[in-house]
Amino acid sequence: MALTPDELTERAEAERERTGAFRERLHVCTAASCQAIGSDPLRAALQARAKSSGGAVEVAGTGCMGLCSKGPLVRRQSDGALFLEVETGDVPALVEGAPSASLDARRVSFEAHPFFAGQLRIVLENAGRVDPERIDSYLAAGGYGALAKVLAQMKPAEVVAEVTRSGLRGRGGAGYPTGVKWQLVAKQQADTKYVVCNADEGDPGAFMDRSVLEGDPHRVLEGMAIAAYGVGARLGYIYVRGEYGLAIARLQTAIKQAEKEGLLGSRILDTHFDFSVQIRIGAGAFVCGEETALIASIEGKRGEPRPRPPYPPEKGLGGKPTLINNVETFANVPPILVRGGDWFAGIGTEKSKGTKVFAVAGKTALTGLIEVPMGTPVRRIVEMAGGVAGGGRVKAIQTGGPSGGCIPERLLDVPVDYESLVAVGSMMGSGGLIVMDQDTSMVDVARYFMEFCRDESCGKCVPCRAGTVQMHLLLQKFCDGEATRQDLALLESLADLLRNTSLCGLGQSAPTPVMTALRYFPEEFAARMRKEPAGP
Amino acid sequence: MLPRGGYDMVDTAPAVKEVKDNRAKLFERAMSRQGYAADALIEVLHTAQELFGFLSMDRLREVARKLRLPPSRVLGVATFYNFFSLQPKAEHTALVCTGTACYVAGARALLDLARHRCQAAVARGEPGKLGIQQARCIGSCGLAPVVVLDGRILPKVSATALEAQLEQVGA
Repeated sequence: MALTPDELTERAEAERERTGAFRERLHVCTAASCQAIGSDPLRAALQARAKSSGGAVEVAGTGCMGLCSKGPLVRRQSDGALFLEVETGDVPALVEGAPSASLDARRVSFEAHPFFAGQLRIVLENAGRVDPERIDSYLAAGGYGALAKVLAQMKPAEVVAEVTRSGLRGRGGAGYPTGVKWQLVAKQQADTKYVVCNADEGDPGAFMDRSVLEGDPHRVLEGMAIAAYGVGARLGYIYVRGEYGLAIARLQTAIKQAEKEGLLGSRILDTHFDFSVQIRIGAGAFVCGEETALIASIEGKRGEPRPRPPYPPEKGLGGKPTLINNVETFANVPPILVRGGDWFAGIGTEKSKGTKVFAVAGKTALTGLIEVPMGTPVRRIVEMAGGVAGGGRVKAIQTGGPSGGCIPERLLDVPVDYESLVAVGSMMGSGGLIVMDQDTSMVDVARYFMEFCRDESCGKCVPCRAGTVQMHLLLQKFCDGEATRQDLALLESLADLLRNTSLCGLGQSAPTPVMTALRYFPEEFAARMRKEPAGP
Repeated sequence: MLPRGGYDMVDTAPAVKEVKDNRAKLFERAMSRQGYAADALIEVLHTAQELFGFLSMDRLREVARKLRLPPSRVLGVATFYNFFSLQPKAEHTALVCTGTACYVAGARALLDLARHRCQAAVARGEPGKLGIQQARCIGSCGLAPVVVLDGRILPKVSATALEAQLEQVGA
């Protein structure tokens, strides 16, 4: 039986009352990273202790709170304290609130700690609050309220207009205006249209989408449903990386729950709007993050891109108009519809609105997710992550994975927005941000990314298939100290060739890490060249 | 996909038969649930690999027949994606993450060590003992460098610690 909008409000209210009755609530991180270091047995121990001590404390799971390198994390509801590296020995003190010097030493403020203080959380606003495995928990946080509002009060064209007004741009990396893409699909006359969520987060070092899917799966489903209403689609697919087992499981649970409550399926919220979602599991091919390759993969084919146009909004899945957006893009949609496009457009810079979630990793003191308003200097993000571990110096940072570039320390004041990052030779990318220190060889990093592109090239077009092999061989010569001046010239001309003649983004952007390394660290390449024999 | 052990470790004859029958039935049911649709090919191959550990040529032919696809299309898809293995799995699998965070934290040394152990196993006549896989990034960058040994994540693992773990499982 589908929930009516009134029942939706009642359910949310009931859940808030239920949780409000507890003296204390403990939220245990249940994302993959914390799970790998024992958050499941920890949660079980906390639950057992809470039960035996009278039931005044509730222990709930929650999504990734961001500080992944200090897990397992537990957040205390009453004062917002966040406990780091929690062990089963801490259970009595946590549940009974007994004083513990050892636990106090690992207590930080979820709001005031430098890692969190500069963050503005929109996409991650439910992390540490909502239990990803319980739909009522999401409802209590206002979940599906945006969908209810849209279905009750707005025409599809108004939804698209609101998203356009927000200035939201694609969070997968390229930054195409989301509202414009929605309009393109909405204006197509077709009996069938599709909405696809690109959750093939392939960039190594990027784990924002994984965290959102694991921690707040309903948020993504709600965003997709709103998009489907806006563009006139009735069927959606989520294409998830096969590596993300936990994310897949959480999505399956979420879809089942939403179907049961009539928030997905037919006659959603007792209206005439139908929308259902299916999961498609990737099989380990980086190129499937490219939209036409992703479509081929959903169709059960080899994930090879095809030339565009026609673009997917005209001819996508099965030749039908298809809207493809990234996980983080969809996760931004519900708050935009609740608070309005103008609210969202008030955050960020002139051309890049809202926030961006970065997965900060590498040589930093802290590793994890940082969500900041667009326009925040990169240096600020690195500082929030505690700078380089052990007091070392930042040498460069890398954004955009194998398609992005490195930014040297002297340019770290560059603000994070789509245009500024491109201007310094890198790109926003999906949000991976790797920090490198003086021990990292930029030549080796360039070789590493080229090896990645060589292995992941689908082989369809020659420039990418053969060019990545040749560029990798040349970079290997640099690593071995065997390269000559001709090799350098050849490397540069091949980079130009790949950029201009490859079929898809993989080949076109494969030279970017090498070219930025060459541009900012030419001395490292020079030092690895073969010593020219002395003249006669 | 993380290795899933279990089925092949049953060693009594009747149990093997029982398990095998069951797997064929489960596989048939999975294909039927997809309506034997051609666009479910990747889903079907995922299921086949989960159930049988790898994709044999016979299995691929069976899939082609059931989904009414040319065998070339099935082989083409099975060999395109990194997940699908046309070889039986080794007794133990060490999956070394070589994502950027793991790489700058020393994944290369871990990979070299695992490969070395693998070669040593081959040299002493146990080629199926240890299999090495590389992951592009398992998304647990806060725990870098990471190795997944038989489905168990080893966080912030050093070469010495990895060697000890491999020693422990006898690989």
